[in-house]
Amino acid sequence: MAGRKILNRQGINKTAIRLVVTAVIMFGFGFSLVPLYDVLCEVTGLNGKTGVISRQEAKSPGELHEDRLVKVQFVTNVAVGLPWRFKALEKELFVRPGKLTFTNFQATNLSQSSVAGSAVPSVAPSIASRYFNKTDCFCFVVQSLDPNQTKIMPVAFVVDSKIPDNVDVVTLSYTFFKTEEKI
Amino acid sequence: MADSMNLDSGHHEHHAPSGWTRWLTTTNHKDIGSMYLIFSLIMFFIGGAMAMIIRLELFQPGLQFVDPQFYNSMVTMHALIMIFGVVMPAWTGFANWLIPMMIGAPDMALPRLNNWSFWILPFAFSLLLLTLFIPGGAPAGGWTMYPPLVLQTGAAFPFLIFAVHFLGASSIGGAINVLATVFNMRAPGMTLLKLPLFVWTWIITGFLLIASLPVLAGAVTMLLTDKYFGTSFFSAAGGGDPVMFQHIFWFFGHPEVYILILPAFGVVSAIIPTFARKPLFGYQSMVYAVAAIAFLSFIVWAHHMFTVGMPLAGELFFMYTTILIAVPTGVKVFNWVATMWKGAMTFETPMLFALGFVILFTIGGFSGLMLGVTPVDFQYHDTYFVVAHFHYVLVTGAIYSLIAATYFWLPKWTGHMYNETLGKWHFWLSTISVNVLFFPQHFLGLAGMPRRIPDYSVQFAEFNMISSIGGWVYGLSQLLFVYIIIKCVRGGKKASDRVWDGAHGLEWTLASPAPYHSFDTPPDPSTIEGGVR
Ligand code: HEM
Ligand SMILES: [Cu+2]
Repeated sequence: MAGRKILNRQGINKTAIRLVVTAVIMFGFGFSLVPLYDVLCEVTGLNGKTGVISRQEAKSPGELHEDRLVKVQFVTNVAVGLPWRFKALEKELFVRPGKLTFTNFQATNLSQSSVAGSAVPSVAPSIASRYFNKTDCFCFVVQSLDPNQTKIMPVAFVVDSKIPDNVDVVTLSYTFFKTEEKI
Repeated sequence: MADSMNLDSGHHEHHAPSGWTRWLTTTNHKDIGSMYLIFSLIMFFIGGAMAMIIRLELFQPGLQFVDPQFYNSMVTMHALIMIFGVVMPAWTGFANWLIPMMIGAPDMALPRLNNWSFWILPFAFSLLLLTLFIPGGAPAGGWTMYPPLVLQTGAAFPFLIFAVHFLGASSIGGAINVLATVFNMRAPGMTLLKLPLFVWTWIITGFLLIASLPVLAGAVTMLLTDKYFGTSFFSAAGGGDPVMFQHIFWFFGHPEVYILILPAFGVVSAIIPTFARKPLFGYQSMVYAVAAIAFLSFIVWAHHMFTVGMPLAGELFFMYTTILIAVPTGVKVFNWVATMWKGAMTFETPMLFALGFVILFTIGGFSGLMLGVTPVDFQYHDTYFVVAHFHYVLVTGAIYSLIAATYFWLPKWTGHMYNETLGKWHFWLSTISVNVLFFPQHFLGLAGMPRRIPDYSVQFAEFNMISSIGGWVYGLSQLLFVYIIIKCVRGGKKASDRVWDGAHGLEWTLASPAPYHSFDTPPDPSTIEGGVR
């Protein structure tokens, strides 16, 4: 700097270091959003994550609503890369809140080698997911199918009797993904 | 621009080396500013050429010229180039050129970092542009890089991720430099509330950059590990969630759109008072409005994802905060209009572009408000209505203000006046064609034409044809801009030091062309006392 050597070097370095530290913290913050969102989803039941309860809990259903029925629809998807056919044996059911209900899904391996897959459930509308609990589900474990094998896969669930009155239809969807190794 | 810079080697400066290595090693804020601006202009034409291809394919329904994969990579690359290669580097270029001169400093605070921040850019864009020629082609999953689609990108994927990392690093470097300069190198007497608004908007942009770009870097890093290292941040198969990427991306993405536009507010706040010959109305409210916009920009991100199935409370929260941004934005527009009220206005080219900005950016703001209303966004989302919205705020907003700023300060940089007649031609050609180009896209969107698709059903044919014609005229008109700049650098009517008779600000107290080092001796505090904004 020709004429002016009075630069505030110290101040400049201090500002620069503070800003670099801020940038590093924000980089970490980006990653921390992952667990933060998960916590948020669990607490609030957003994101359609369904609950799991034991049979014992399911058998003590609180008050049953004799006159109320909720329509539960089943949606099935197979992700790219998994050579399976996957369908719900019942497209929809009318269930009484508080009552343990059973239904079946069916998967067929279309390929000539055995393949493992795992299913990820999701409930819509998200408000309903807090009131949708399963006691048994093929999605709890990895499923493995031999070449051309067809398998019936049961699900048992309860729609909580506290489900808000304005929810008449609940959609339960499963997507099967290919699993490389046993989890 | 090179000519003009060699002119001022008259100051016994033994360290303004000549030859091409000068550009590689320079740490001078004006050299680096020029390189940023020239780079940005080149990228503007590369990204623009891609836009021409897009409009060519959309001229008629059906697939005529390019295959869908290539079309999608054009859309993706066009956006990445325009955002990261044009608007962001251009603002850093203006910051380099102007901020030291505006605050009475001899140079930027961290000259070596400055040099690095610039040279990372051509490197990163070489990486990105290279993907056009590798098997599988360039990234085609959209500039928003949503998984799982983006994970299907072929060999271009790591190029995309690393390019984004480098671009982020470059911008963060630039932001650190600007903030370190403004906070430590202001001339005596230059208090924060005496700073010109361009400097203020850049301070806040700097903070936005430092707070949001690392989050993007984190998000793309997670994409990278998801694809190659078996993590499942965003893959439902492994317990992750693709929607989470959207949350993280838009936590960066919405502040990013303000990174693109805040310095524009500063430019317009310098130009309008100059040509209205009145001080800016409501200076302090302008500063507070910018700060408020910046703060709000961090809590509105999910307005880009109203349709992902958020709960009602979330939809309402993001709708109200989004619409709240209209308040400080309205304050700014009001202040610009109040500045012109009863002013002695003249309409030189910078003023024309600034006025075009005020009117057309406001149209973009209004369509933004419409999009911010959750129930109607369900209809507009992912249609051409969104495309019209962001092109009004970005082309007639950010790009218009960049052009206005170029005409405004070019005489100071080169020592020559540009050709005013050609400048006016440039303005009117651009303004007519840009509206022909983007206005019909509102109607296309309302009628349901989806974005990012190379073909469309025949009822959209007329409006698309009109839009394409507007697009080509707009593209060609920008060649005029380059011609005017080159002519102005080469010669022209000698510019006075003040250049515009209504101009205030320390940069106008320097000679034209501006000397190689700005304020070797600090400016006279009484000048600053007299008001330099
Ligand atoms: C009053 C101010 C604004 C409001 C209320 C607003 C609102 C919105 C909303 C709700 C969307 C999402 C639409 C959808 O995808 O369905 C959107 C998209 C967008 N906005 Fe704005 N906006 C505003 C200002 C701006 C500004 C100043 C810029 C940039 C300079 C900008 C750039 C964008 C971009 C680039 C997109 C599209 C992103 C993408 O999906 O690729 N907006 N805006
Ligand atoms: Cu936004």
